[in-house]
Amino acid sequence: MLRKYRATIYVTLRPSVLDPAGTAVQSGLSHLGYDDVEQVRIGKYIEVTLIADDEKTAQEQVDRICDRVLANPVIENYRFDLKEVSVEMGAST
Amino acid sequence: MKFGVVVFPGSNCDRDVAYVTGDLLQQPTRMIWHEETDITDLDVVIIPGGFSYGDYLRCGAIARFSPVMQRVVEHAQQGKFVLGICNGFQVLTEAGLLPGALVRNRDLHFICDRVPVKVERSDSPWTQSYSSGQIITLPIAHGEGRFYADRRTLQQIEGNGQVLFRYEGENRNGSMNNIAGICNRQGNVLGMMPHPERASDPMLGGTDGLKLFQGLLERVAAIA
Repeated sequence: MLRKYRATIYVTLRPSVLDPAGTAVQSGLSHLGYDDVEQVRIGKYIEVTLIADDEKTAQEQVDRICDRVLANPVIENYRFDLKEVSVEMGAST
Repeated sequence: MKFGVVVFPGSNCDRDVAYVTGDLLQQPTRMIWHEETDITDLDVVIIPGGFSYGDYLRCGAIARFSPVMQRVVEHAQQGKFVLGICNGFQVLTEAGLLPGALVRNRDLHFICDRVPVKVERSDSPWTQSYSSGQIITLPIAHGEGRFYADRRTLQQIEGNGQVLFRYEGENRNGSMNNIAGICNRQGNVLGMMPHPERASDPMLGGTDGLKLFQGLLERVAAIA
């Protein structure tokens, strides 16, 4: 039976890649008095809904999508959570 | 020598490039729509600057999967010439035809200026009309042009002599090793952030970029 899954994906810059936007935000926070903020790194959050036979297939599919398209492995890392969503819930959102 | 200029939705330097190869250099030139699947008539494919697919996700990330890109990869694998300028350079790294990646400028600004660029070597088909070590002036216009590669890749690029252009003096965007343009190991694929096509007509204040295209023509004339 086909099931519906929602993947919540986080794409982040690899630690070795300088994140000037994160540094700018950190400096802004420091101006506001948040001097205890050590570091800010900015990444992307992506939601993907897909249909698959089972969780393992969905997992593999999302992993491939992340590796091929959503993240560039040269500069980015990714991780994701996968949840099955009911059809009713999917229809209402 | 027949040139083709790829046009993605969002490309905006395509006609500038075609003006140089077609009008200034009088070479047969045609535009290649991104959905085309036959480019076998071409000797040189140029991927121009712009904002292909709105630069959504990452610069060049979506352009890479357009139908024409598979053909461009085959074109490169046959040893034919591919040049990516600015956004075109980003597309070529995303497609894996060139190593590394182009990320957000160090100071976050979009930089639009003319900058001194050093020609690292003149024994490449792309740079043979220059002299090695020559400093030329080329326009740059990008927000994401900071070249990045992991240490090992960077060592390989340098060791193989793949760096053809380097920013001279001030490193405006924070590129590793001041890299402005690199070629692949075989030398037939070049990606560069500066715009040689915008420095080809004397009316625009400089012609340092024209020699890149002229050099390529001489190379082919020599082979023929």
